[in-house]
Amino acid sequence: MLLSINDLRVKAEGKDILQGLSLNVNAGEVHAIMGPNGSGKSTLARALSGHPGYEVTEGTVTFKGQDLLAMDPEVRAREGVFMAFQYPVEIAGVNNAYFLKAALNAVRRHRGQPELDAMEFLTLVKSTMKRLEMDAAFLNRPVNEGFSGGEKKRNEIFQMAVLEPALAVLDETDSGLDIDALRVVADGVNAMRSPERATIVVTHYQRLLTYIVPDFVHVLADGRIVRSAGKELAEELEAKGYGWIEGEAARA
Amino acid sequence: MSGADMPHASESPATSLAAASPGRAERPAPIGQTTAYAAEWERTEAARAAGQPAWLRAARRQAFDRFLDLGFPGTRLEEWRFTNVAPIAESRFPLAEPAHLTAADIEPWTFADVAIRLVFVNGYYAPALSTPAASLPHGVSLGPLGPALHHLATAGDTSLARVAPVDGHAFTALNTAFLADGASLTIAPHVAIEQPIQVLFVSSPDQRATMSHPRLLVEAGADSQARIVEVYAGTPGTMYFTNAVTEVSLGEHAVVEHCRIQLESDAAFHVGVVQVEAARSSAFRAQTFALSGALLRNDITVRMAGEGVDCVLNGLYLAMAQQLVDNHTTIDHAMPHGTSLEIFKGVLGGRSRGVFNGKIIVRQDAQQTDAKQTNRALLLTDQAMIDTKPQLEIFANDVKCTHGAAIGQLDDDAIFYLRSRGLGAQEARAVLIHAFAGDLVDGVRIPGVQTRLRDILSERLTRELSRLGETAGGRA
Ligand SMILES: Nc1ncnc2c1ncn2[C@@H]1O[C@H](COP(=O)(O)OP(=O)(O)OP(=O)(O)O)[C@@H](O)[C@H]1O
Ligand SMILES: [Mg+2]
Repeated sequence: MLLSINDLRVKAEGKDILQGLSLNVNAGEVHAIMGPNGSGKSTLARALSGHPGYEVTEGTVTFKGQDLLAMDPEVRAREGVFMAFQYPVEIAGVNNAYFLKAALNAVRRHRGQPELDAMEFLTLVKSTMKRLEMDAAFLNRPVNEGFSGGEKKRNEIFQMAVLEPALAVLDETDSGLDIDALRVVADGVNAMRSPERATIVVTHYQRLLTYIVPDFVHVLADGRIVRSAGKELAEELEAKGYGWIEGEAARA
Repeated sequence: MSGADMPHASESPATSLAAASPGRAERPAPIGQTTAYAAEWERTEAARAAGQPAWLRAARRQAFDRFLDLGFPGTRLEEWRFTNVAPIAESRFPLAEPAHLTAADIEPWTFADVAIRLVFVNGYYAPALSTPAASLPHGVSLGPLGPALHHLATAGDTSLARVAPVDGHAFTALNTAFLADGASLTIAPHVAIEQPIQVLFVSSPDQRATMSHPRLLVEAGADSQARIVEVYAGTPGTMYFTNAVTEVSLGEHAVVEHCRIQLESDAAFHVGVVQVEAARSSAFRAQTFALSGALLRNDITVRMAGEGVDCVLNGLYLAMAQQLVDNHTTIDHAMPHGTSLEIFKGVLGGRSRGVFNGKIIVRQDAQQTDAKQTNRALLLTDQAMIDTKPQLEIFANDVKCTHGAAIGQLDDDAIFYLRSRGLGAQEARAVLIHAFAGDLVDGVRIPGVQTRLRDILSERLTRELSRLGETAGGRA
């Protein structure tokens, strides 16, 4: 098993958010996590990536057989966890190429691979950028600064494609994307699908899931997974909304 | 401050060495703190060669009298509120003796692509380390100031202390009082020097903590051009006091780029006065890098004496551990159509303290002035402190004058973002600090100097950040 989350409880600023969440993800699978606003989807993503503002009070997370929660955020990244942020941060003064090369080489060092020099790095990213229909000038712009919402999301997928993580967590990467951009992003994710990798797609709407077809769909409500099923659950949710599931969860 | 307090632009400029100074009788008894300096001054003065011209000895005495009048500035003076010079005033620094350094010793403070160089060790010209003649065009005179002064018959023959007069500033007076040597660059009208010129003042004290009073005098004739890299450095770990004065005059249409780098020993004190006078349509572009020293105080003044002067005054300072870095700048728009652009940035770690005081004067005649000042500081720890004050004194009505100040810490979200991509916590912080400071380093257009500055910045930040990592586990 690639990722195993067991009874995870997470707190932020004194507030209990995740309240006993369990989830198993095998290599090769795509899982979708859906749920109403404030149900804890981003909190799960942040907890998995080691955000210092989110305290795990109980539970375990095992990634590739190791205790993920014991690792610093950068170690998780180097081990192959990638989080595409719902709200990517703008970083003035740091250009994309510099940043991504530093990240890639940190990951490569960790894996015992030789670092890439500037030329090798450029060759690598140019082809990826082409695939994601990104303008080359983009490399010399500061990270996310002045990017439109769509550009930021595309940049997350670009980073993911370059870093080749074993587990990608996409937190509402579809929001704010027009249909063309959505297709490009989905193609980027699908290109990464392989028997060794897994993806967790957090989304509100099922549109993205027609492009990135999930193996499982989970519904998160009040910090717990209240229902899991195949891809047909996404369509059902879209048609009926979350109310019926929340109601079920409350009665349970 | 009211207009009446301001000296008007049309008043005569600074009193020169030749002008009268207050007689001895008017002077109040020296305050206690200057006694050690008085003794040292009397001793050196007596020891100095009798062959020195009488006017120079008189000028030194006059400057010393002026210093005694002024005394060391106390923290009750507005300009010195945050910088207590008691550690300097209460110490007994003998005047530094000559010391022998090799080319290898000074290598860390020289640059591959700066071939023309004057080197001073402990304030004394070091001809063996200097290369003043290398490819200088006709009409340029570059060399030690001392011998040049000895050939002059009267004080009226030199412009020394014209742009940086002794009357207003105690440390300038003290520098002039001990003046024996320094660097002098004179450029004839219409001469453009393509190669950058470095002036390096190195302190290498013996067992005692000594002082030196370096001086740099630049006279750029009309329509001349030069790039000057002025570096202050010292043997790491040593304690000393550098009291530097730089005076620059730009003739009409002259263009001078001035890069001033302080890389003093971490235990050293440095008070530096830079006075610039710019004539009509000239351009003065300065960058100052205050990178190390226990106490660094810079008083930088640019006076636009003619119309249409273009001034860029940028600075980057690093303060770590218990260091204090104080930059006081004054841009004096005395005449119309001047533009000034000033950016100062500070990175403060440890329990350091920073001071930035940026005064911009726009005098009544200085219509159509365009002045912009930005001042930013990055605090790496909760214990670091910065006092920052823009000071706009505007007496003309048709001007554009903006200023902005921002004090902040590293953005935790940005640190986390970088870490989530695999960068270590320390590397993430370093990346963000370089992003903050990088544009000022990029502004140095001499590649060797720029690269060296970048390396020094990295090296100092790495040291500070690993210390941070040890103590607090960092901020994020
Ligand atoms: N750092 C924080 N401090 C305090 N409360 C937080 C913090 N982060 C999240 N919360 C709260 O926890 C709950 C879950 O937030 P989270 O962002 O995980 O929800 P979400 O499912 O991603 O919602 P959305 O669909 O709006 O993105 C919300 O009520 C939110 O206000
Ligand atoms: Mg969310």
